[in-house]
Amino acid sequence: MTGVLVQCGYLPLVDSAPLIIAKELGFASDEGLDLSLVRQPSWSALRDMLALGHLDVAHMLSPMPVAMSLGLGGMPAKVDALMVMSLNGTVIGVSRGLCDSMHAAGWVNTFDNPGRTATALFAATSRRLRIGVPFPFSMHRMLLEYWLSRDPAFSADRIEIITVPPPRMAEAVANGALDLFCVGEPWGTVAVQNSGAVLLLPSQAIWQVAPEKVLGARRDWIEDNHDTSAKVTRAVYKAAKWLDQPVNTPLATEILTRSQHLNLPDHAIDPALSGHIAIQDGDAPKRSGPLVTFNDKSANFPWRSQAAWIATRLAQWHDLEPEAARDSARSCFRSDLYRAALSPLGVDLPGASEKIEGAMAHETAVASSRGQMILGPDRFFDGAEFDIDA
Amino acid sequence: MPNDLKIIVVEPNPDRARDIIDALKDDGWNNVKMIGAASQLDRVIKSENPDIILIDLANPDRDTLEHLSLVSDAKARPVAMFVDHSDEAMTQAAIAAGLSAYVVNGLQKDRIKSVLETAIARFRMLSKMQSELDAAKQALLDRKTTDRAKGILMQARGISEEEAYGLLRKTAMDQGRKVVEVATALVTAADLLQ
Repeated sequence: MTGVLVQCGYLPLVDSAPLIIAKELGFASDEGLDLSLVRQPSWSALRDMLALGHLDVAHMLSPMPVAMSLGLGGMPAKVDALMVMSLNGTVIGVSRGLCDSMHAAGWVNTFDNPGRTATALFAATSRRLRIGVPFPFSMHRMLLEYWLSRDPAFSADRIEIITVPPPRMAEAVANGALDLFCVGEPWGTVAVQNSGAVLLLPSQAIWQVAPEKVLGARRDWIEDNHDTSAKVTRAVYKAAKWLDQPVNTPLATEILTRSQHLNLPDHAIDPALSGHIAIQDGDAPKRSGPLVTFNDKSANFPWRSQAAWIATRLAQWHDLEPEAARDSARSCFRSDLYRAALSPLGVDLPGASEKIEGAMAHETAVASSRGQMILGPDRFFDGAEFDIDA
Repeated sequence: MPNDLKIIVVEPNPDRARDIIDALKDDGWNNVKMIGAASQLDRVIKSENPDIILIDLANPDRDTLEHLSLVSDAKARPVAMFVDHSDEAMTQAAIAAGLSAYVVNGLQKDRIKSVLETAIARFRMLSKMQSELDAAKQALLDRKTTDRAKGILMQARGISEEEAYGLLRKTAMDQGRKVVEVATALVTAADLLQ
């Protein structure tokens, strides 16, 4: 049986797993799709190929559709997020030299204390910190800047953000080009093993529900292929749900290792999926809780308030009118299409499409299509709340 | 056409890099430097400050260049790109979409020159449009300043708008300055006195 051909771009990272599982376990073909996974060399290349129509849908950094809709970087194109593909899954690490200075000043690495860690970082050196991120429009950069800028010692000239492709991150730390970095697995683990880097924090220590990757598609393609876009959303949703069942983790690791899509060994894939990660070379892997969330806690729902949070950061960086930027961002996180695609599956959907980000300190029951669903916790490390109506 | 533009070629494969440099030199581009796999690409670009960067479309370092072009104080420069397998549709679409980046089919030696020249021409056109836009914005800003200065004079001296403008112009002529400079000085002084 041949299905409807969908060209889907991705970067070979662990969090492209929902696409690979959707293809390899037949969730895509069940929906009548022939999902063709096209590996891309860089985020800029992926973005251009999507904008030019050579790709139909793509695995994207969550700020990318928002930035594209605001005309930032590359050619302008209206790109929407059909769903969130994963929450978090990135790690922040530091060079061995800087880590030693932090230890010498009495800091202890608990892998869960953003406030104390930022203070120790700024106290350990008076040099400007060179910080590597995979792309200028990335949640990595947003979380790093959000975190560091809340420290009293922070000023804009204390940090310099540099884009380094993930596979080059370990080398850049090893040769002294970077002091600090934020990168998705497996590249944090690779930096620990190959360049003596030490991991300081998982990204969820900054924001517990940071949307990391989304499934993006051009707005005009969605309009012309309404039915197909709903099928892709359902297939990827089912794959994400399968991935988040712990009983499937060993098989998932096996499939991701064997498939030609990632080309990574299993010891590179395992930490992200199992949540057992070694924070420095020689340490036993430490249970940190799940690093990446594919489906739990309504992870896939494209919250318009999260798009607005992203737009607020972009407006700050690029001197845009924040109100207009937030409006544009909200309209490109397509909670409307997500609801329409998933209600036939009987998936429980939240009553609202926006929420106050950071307001839930614990798991909280909220109104939903099937009664009540559990959301949260969704805190920022500094306890701040982000309310778009405020 | 002799050419002293500084070109940086980002290419990890030494054989290919040599081919590209040879082709550029044959066409009279002599100021060429190459970078291999570079984890310090941003430092090299900042210190060398090239006029053009040539990079393979499939090179992951493209994201680093993208970031450099977004930094506000960065020198704007064209980035030309090439691919090994010719894809005419992609090339056309990229040009139509207004990328200052170009795609060279299979890196044929005889095409490098024309592609680079087109990339530069297109980049200059875009820069010109940008500077015209900047000039228009400045003109608008100048007018607002002059209007504010007129308002201050009208209120302080009880004169008409025309007289206020006349006074600004006369002062500017007497001092050999532009009207907007006098207006800016007045507005600044008024703000200080408030």
